[in-house]
Amino acid sequence: MLKTFSLGGVHPAENKLSAGQKIEVLPVPEQVSVPIAQHIGAPSEPLVKKGDTVKVGQLIAKSAGFVSANIHSPVSGIVQKIDDVLDASGYKRKAIIIKTEGDEWDESIDRSPALNKTIVASPEEIVKKVGAAGIVGLGGATFPAHVKLSVPPGKKCDVLILNGVECEPYLTSDHQLMMEKGEEIMVGTQILMKGLGVDRAIIGIENNKKDAIEHLTNLAKDYSGIEIQPLKVQYPQGGEKQLIDACIGRQIPSGKLPIEVGAVVQNVGTTFAVYEAVQKNKPLFERVVTVTGKSVSKPSNFLTRVGTPISTLIEAAGGLPEGTGKVIGGGPMMGKALSSIEVPVTKGSSGVLVVPEAESKRSEVQNCIRCSKCVSACPMGLSPYLLMTLSNKAMWDRAEEGKIMDCIECGSCSFTCPSSRPLLDYIRFGKGKVGQIIRGRNK
Amino acid sequence: MNTLTVSPSPHVHGGDSVKKNMYGVVIALLPALAASLYYFGIGALVVTLTSVVSCVLFEWLIQKYLLRVPTTVSDGSAILTGLLLAFNMPTYLPIWIIIIGSLVAIGIGKMSFGGLGNNPFNPALVGRVFLLISFPVQMTLWPKPFESRFSYFNLTPDILDATTGATPLAAMKEGIANGETVSQIMDKLPSFNEMFFGLMGGSAGEVAAGMLLIGLVYLLLKKIITWHIPVSVIGSIFIFTGILHVVDPLVYASPVFHILTGGVMLGAIFMATDYVSSPMSNKGMILYGVGIGVITVLIRVFGSYPEGVSFAILIMNGFVPLIDRYIKPKRFGESVKPLKA
Repeated sequence: MLKTFSLGGVHPAENKLSAGQKIEVLPVPEQVSVPIAQHIGAPSEPLVKKGDTVKVGQLIAKSAGFVSANIHSPVSGIVQKIDDVLDASGYKRKAIIIKTEGDEWDESIDRSPALNKTIVASPEEIVKKVGAAGIVGLGGATFPAHVKLSVPPGKKCDVLILNGVECEPYLTSDHQLMMEKGEEIMVGTQILMKGLGVDRAIIGIENNKKDAIEHLTNLAKDYSGIEIQPLKVQYPQGGEKQLIDACIGRQIPSGKLPIEVGAVVQNVGTTFAVYEAVQKNKPLFERVVTVTGKSVSKPSNFLTRVGTPISTLIEAAGGLPEGTGKVIGGGPMMGKALSSIEVPVTKGSSGVLVVPEAESKRSEVQNCIRCSKCVSACPMGLSPYLLMTLSNKAMWDRAEEGKIMDCIECGSCSFTCPSSRPLLDYIRFGKGKVGQIIRGRNK
Repeated sequence: MNTLTVSPSPHVHGGDSVKKNMYGVVIALLPALAASLYYFGIGALVVTLTSVVSCVLFEWLIQKYLLRVPTTVSDGSAILTGLLLAFNMPTYLPIWIIIIGSLVAIGIGKMSFGGLGNNPFNPALVGRVFLLISFPVQMTLWPKPFESRFSYFNLTPDILDATTGATPLAAMKEGIANGETVSQIMDKLPSFNEMFFGLMGGSAGEVAAGMLLIGLVYLLLKKIITWHIPVSVIGSIFIFTGILHVVDPLVYASPVFHILTGGVMLGAIFMATDYVSSPMSNKGMILYGVGIGVITVLIRVFGSYPEGVSFAILIMNGFVPLIDRYIKPKRFGESVKPLKA
């Protein structure tokens, strides 16, 4: 029996259409829009102004708080303007727009492809470098990576868990990265272990990526303290809480962080970025993005610069198919539907999913038949049917009592509901309200 | 470019539907239906057809002309209610009584509360218990398997006398009251083997335990229900009657007798598991199932009715809101293992 998390979960059709597609480097775009809010936390402060010349990798916006991140220029060229630009959230937000001229990289970046296994940086230097490189969680949560590496006083971390689960259907960017950059991920893991001061790391990978499990298991033989943990395919295993539970059987208490159970979780893509930052002095300005969908003619994994319009990626994958109804930034379970394909790639963009018109509409909502399938599916052990009703009736006390704030918004409830009820829509709304009430009370 | 649809996640659906679940249960009832038609012949056919057709018709009429809402008869729930009601009735029941039962089941049991999903009690059982109280004679006239196959429209007193008899549970109750011992009564009843295959008097669909268990396997495999309710109902009846049997085997029948007779299998597998009127959490389901088991045995052994499954389920249906209010599913991170220092 393969390990997995203990409560709930669903198994959506995997549809990994772009699996095995080699990472293709996209040409540098003619112009990029780099949003200053690409991470959880405070938006960064721009350091450049209109007319400035920038190089690839040059710091263009600096971290504006403890939970915030630096942003570096993904291209070389001239800053056109700093303006409000539509991003994946559907809102217009501030971005730095740069017109590309050539491809001149900052001299400090080591561009040689040679693997550098010797870690000279001290733990403090590692945390500093990860922070300076603007690395955030590349699985999609975009939480600044250096914050997780700074274990708060009084807490102890004894294990690093790497997320190679990629439980979202369709997405293959992490899978392909593990296949092509396995050695770098191993070194990155060692760097993170050194930064955290732990001697044990577990890389959790779902069993639908047998090649990656085999590849990394072979590589791990040469590195001490790294285990590969194959996991049963079960959504949402990539959720931090579920992954820790699956790998080491520890459950994070309600409202707490992984460090509470002695664990820190990083995505494998993030780990690769850490390798590049510490060993190659390369900040985070490009990433692997899966472009996929049943109607896409060439499902692909692209290495692309941050700020590239999504439309450029779709074009490179064969163009926007006729009869497209929806374009999703991310996977089908937790991704965001985009209102325009001109929005830029950001640090958190793991994939672009093109959905045909016929599959982009929801079914008609019927009465709740109390089948309790949402309760069985919820990985947090909540009662989604009840939280939906409580949110609808504005009964915030009982919603809070029902642990609405524990919801990780994985969508398993809505996915499984036979009556096609929009459970998560209501719960999300309720979470917003209850969150406000709790913050008001704590003031 | 055409506009893109923007909606919150998730953007995919598992494809489950109300229809799939309802027709899934109907399919699970087919083996027992086949046994019923084989044993009770014409009577089973008339009762089943009348019940299903009138349930569907009443739902359609009420929605179209009384409530003036879009009809939902195609979701299969009315067919299911009709089938389950038929399964709970003896096969000599006159057509007009069946129609009244269907009207009560659909009209009062289901539509008066707002239709599928809103009924606090199992509609088929509401219909059944209404009939049992209103027409006690007709509702306890039990045709015997095979002997009753070709009679329904030609029920002369002679035929009635020759083709009906007491159910094992009624025979047991009467025998004990007359001072006979359990083993003396058992000698006059079918063997456990015969009971398992349904060779005894009883309601149309309840007799064939084996066939109902095939239905259970199908329901579990298709993930339409979980094991919690059927296992806790059957298990608690088995344990409770087992204890009584051990205490005094002369007065209390064996637990195998209790789970093979009457409506235990039908009730545990198909009636108590009705989505709408059962609890939402696994712990709640077990509590509810044990409640049904205990009340059933209390009625059977100490009450005045020989059978109590229907009443037990309806009583526990009434407790479901309370169970759901206080019994919550197991939460993530609830039981925290202390970290090794």
